[in-house]
Amino acid sequence: MSRLAAQIRTEVRLVSRNGEQLLLTLGIPVLLLVFFSLVDVLPTGTDDPVDFLAPGVLALAVMSTAMVSLGIGTGFERTYHVLKRLGATPLGRGRLIAAKIVGVVVVELVQFAVLIPVAYALGWDPSSPNWFAAVAAVVLGTVAFAGLGLTLAGRLRGEINLAAQNGLYLVLLLLGGMVIPFTKLPAGLRVVARALPSGALADVLREALTGLGDRPVSSWATLACWAVAMPLLARRLFRFD
Amino acid sequence: MVVDGLTVRYDDLVAVDDVSFTAAAGEITAVLGPNGAGKTSTIEVCEGYRRASAGAVRVLGLDPASQQAQLSERMGVMLQEGGVYPSARVGETVRHYCDLYGRGADPAALVELVGLGARATAAWRRLSGGERQRLSLALALAARPDVAFLDEPTSGVDVHGRDAIRSIVTDLAKQQGCAVVLATHELDEAERIADRVVIFDGGQVIADGTLAELRSGHDEIRFRSSDDLDVLAMASAIGIVVSRVGAGEYVVDAPPHPKLMASLAGWLGEHGHPLHDVRAGAQRLEDVFRRLTGGPES
Repeated sequence: MSRLAAQIRTEVRLVSRNGEQLLLTLGIPVLLLVFFSLVDVLPTGTDDPVDFLAPGVLALAVMSTAMVSLGIGTGFERTYHVLKRLGATPLGRGRLIAAKIVGVVVVELVQFAVLIPVAYALGWDPSSPNWFAAVAAVVLGTVAFAGLGLTLAGRLRGEINLAAQNGLYLVLLLLGGMVIPFTKLPAGLRVVARALPSGALADVLREALTGLGDRPVSSWATLACWAVAMPLLARRLFRFD
Repeated sequence: MVVDGLTVRYDDLVAVDDVSFTAAAGEITAVLGPNGAGKTSTIEVCEGYRRASAGAVRVLGLDPASQQAQLSERMGVMLQEGGVYPSARVGETVRHYCDLYGRGADPAALVELVGLGARATAAWRRLSGGERQRLSLALALAARPDVAFLDEPTSGVDVHGRDAIRSIVTDLAKQQGCAVVLATHELDEAERIADRVVIFDGGQVIADGTLAELRSGHDEIRFRSSDDLDVLAMASAIGIVVSRVGAGEYVVDAPPHPKLMASLAGWLGEHGHPLHDVRAGAQRLEDVFRRLTGGPES
């Protein structure tokens, strides 16, 4: 087995074995989608809540996997000296990062394979979705959130990183236009929310899939900026040990 | 492996100051020293984890800083702690590392070799401290290494486990011709298996040689007797300084000449004191270490 394949096998195996990460990446998005689609209490501004929620929950799934799951896992790998030990093998930094990317993509594919049918089952009926734009948004979002997650994981101690990733997840979820529309936020907070990667990703996904985006052009620009800036920051700040 | 004039600085702190030594293939070189002596920084430069501020290091003829990729293919590393995913299982972790090194090591045989056959399906977080050390050693062996850096390999391991690990490490050097560099605080361990000892203190190498060379000129007679032995009177009688080094434990700092041994035993007999646990000859490594690093000898 090649070194890359061996590392991918280990990454995927460990993610699938981690119950907390499965809850975060799959359980919570499915729960939010199902609950708030059936219980119409959110001010979504659409006839059927699932039309607003489905793109937002897909964005949430990307954030859960690329930022929180990857960031927490990598942070503990630093704490337990796993990265240091791997650094003494012929694996190399490039293959390690490639394996982590494949691990994230595999989890995202599983998430979409579950969430999209669930959304359709709940009555989601996107009108002429632009799947190409949606995939592009997911790629940019994955890069941006992975950069953010690895920046925190590469600087903070394991437990502090865990708390920071979970706290940030909550903030980005609530302010990111995923389950609560930007228009329902106070004016000052709305400006901040639109500048967040979660807000930008949710908006461009919503525009791509349902045509209900808030400010798609500026959201694409915002998302692209995060996708460029965060990996650069991670590269600058990340410490393997 | 050759370390020549190595210096490592952290801002204003000089952690390693112009250090030179060698470690040969087929030998076990023990690197000893108090905490903060510079041994970890030195080994990390040799492993390619850290850059030297000055000096040169060659491991298997390679520069660890610029040729770490080539070096890592033939280098076994055992960290002092951790290094394994907490939820990863013993067998799959060893197989993972065998695949990463790609040198044909048999994962199942390695698991058996380090005595973890019965724990092959246990997750790392469920292992005892000694079992974790055994697993860490197996990961170093997965490289089928030509050079191995082992940091405290028997820390937290029980007596039988220590014997097993020492036997594996000795075989690695003697049977497979690997250059083994062993960083340890366990002087007893170094004394048992090391061919060569390098002692660090204050960022410098203060002693480097075989055990016989380091002990040379420091023979002693060590014995136990009554707690209230009059060491001054005894020293006066036998003509050599006698030191109390513990409760009822004494050292005469001289070679064990038969005449001296006879007068020592005679004096004790005349004054009604017992004579137990007589040990004569080369100074223990522990006392060599204390003498060189400025600590009190025991």
